[in-house]
Amino acid sequence: MIRSEIFRDIAPRLRDQLVICNIGLPSQELHMIDDQPTNFYMLGTMGLASSIGLGLALAQPKTVIAIDGDGSVLTNFGTLPTIANNVADNFILLIIDNGSYGSTGDQPTYAGKKTSLAAVARACGCGNVVECRAEETGKALQAALDSRKMTIIVCKCESGNIKVPVITKDPVVIRDRFMTAVTA
Amino acid sequence: MSINKKIVDDFVANDVTFITTVPCKQLGSVMEEIETRPEIYHIPANKEDEGMGLCAGAFMGGKRPAIIMQNTAIGVTINTLVTLIQFYRMPLPMLISYRGELKESVACQVEMAVHTKALLNQLRIPTYHFHQQDDAREFDTILKYTFMCNKPVAILTDATFWEGS
Ligand SMILES: [Mg+2]
Repeated sequence: MIRSEIFRDIAPRLRDQLVICNIGLPSQELHMIDDQPTNFYMLGTMGLASSIGLGLALAQPKTVIAIDGDGSVLTNFGTLPTIANNVADNFILLIIDNGSYGSTGDQPTYAGKKTSLAAVARACGCGNVVECRAEETGKALQAALDSRKMTIIVCKCESGNIKVPVITKDPVVIRDRFMTAVTA
Repeated sequence: MSINKKIVDDFVANDVTFITTVPCKQLGSVMEEIETRPEIYHIPANKEDEGMGLCAGAFMGGKRPAIIMQNTAIGVTINTLVTLIQFYRMPLPMLISYRGELKESVACQVEMAVHTKALLNQLRIPTYHFHQQDDAREFDTILKYTFMCNKPVAILTDATFWEGS
């Protein structure tokens, strides 16, 4: 399974949650598959989906799912100790780990080699770290939602991209629509 | 009243209740003061761009955020300031320790100081420079201005300013 197939699979579970989606193809795919006002699409700033998600979860009570990539977590490793030490039980970090920098042409990441993101997250002090296969993502996500405990899911999947249009929505429109959904 | 208390009082009066910090020697006392306020959620960040991500999320969650950092962080955060804070039009007061100014003892700090205002100007970030303690009288107004216009705003605070406390 590749990332877009996972998105198709878990879209019904994401639909009712606040979602912060990673820059590039992840946001473009989610936008194409199931655009929702509860989705915040990152159009720039690689690596900060988990930080934005944690800030949002700490600021209000609704559940927040940050969808990140292995490359993006590698670029902002400092996020994991911050998450571990500021527990927000309404926060789920879903790392789609395809072992490559998908948006830039599938160059390999270290997460696809020797480095285990789940082990790093645990070493940083994060509780409830779950590693799963792509096919199990929906189940793992539902378990995390049901547990109401801060959870990090590392979903190991194949690399590969589909053709998707870029997001042409204005960033202020995305942000305003999202903030309206947060308070709805 | 101590300058640290005044600054944090202004944060609280303006409902700034989510503050992320990356330490600097000059800012130690203001961070200590923040820790004493139950109204403020203080979340230390490991890097300033991470801190700005936290602030962006908190803002979208209905909180008024702020970041406290050193001017060297301008070099770290240009992309985040431009493609997140400015692109999505988010307010962000940045209380910045202006290292490398008069009374600096570490030469390397001057290397970033000489670029600080030029970079902020290039980014079209409204910038205020606190040099004398009296300058902090405007802090309350600067916070109101920041949340009125939904922009990042820089408040540079130099060694002379902090020495007066
Ligand atoms: Mg990847």
